[in-house]
Amino acid sequence: MAVRTLTELLEGAFPGDEVSVEDRTGGGDHFQVTVVSPRFDGLSLVEQHRLVYDALAAPLADGTIHELRISTKGTP
Amino acid sequence: MRDEIKDVIETSDVALFMKGTPQFVMCGNSQRALEALRRAGAPVTAVDILPDPRIRQELSALSGWPTIPQVFVRGELIGGADIVEELERSGELERTLREKLGDELSGVERTVPVV
Repeated sequence: MAVRTLTELLEGAFPGDEVSVEDRTGGGDHFQVTVVSPRFDGLSLVEQHRLVYDALAAPLADGTIHELRISTKGTP
Repeated sequence: MRDEIKDVIETSDVALFMKGTPQFVMCGNSQRALEALRRAGAPVTAVDILPDPRIRQELSALSGWPTIPQVFVRGELIGGADIVEELERSGELERTLREKLGDELSGVERTVPVV
């Protein structure tokens, strides 16, 4: 359920880009998210992760996400 | 409290805000960041954010970074566990540390309170 919500938020923030969300523990609060987007090109890792945090601000603030792992990639 | 946090960030070579202490880590991501820093020989000044929820609130307000751990080198936010691990893999972590702190990385760890 939370995977769906997170996926939708990321797809909304990164339209047309490659987005995946994995529930790492099956408990619905530890996630691995991966985003591949040309928006990351030329950005530092801190800036790239900030864009992902911005997209997930609501579930980060309300406690839906207990632990988040982020992997970002620009275009090859 | 905010001034104390700011002081740790600005005056430490490497500041690690974590859940628990280096001797007793309370969270997997804090462990990952600490281990990557140790392997790179970083002199880590650790702050346990768990004693008071305000530490985390103030820290995130200062850094604009919502999650723990947070790693700073000479006042600059480097990132959380994922970024520190990625920088370690690419060799950039050690390069940055040597660039900013010099070639003699002591690896000495200490823990400081902010409350």
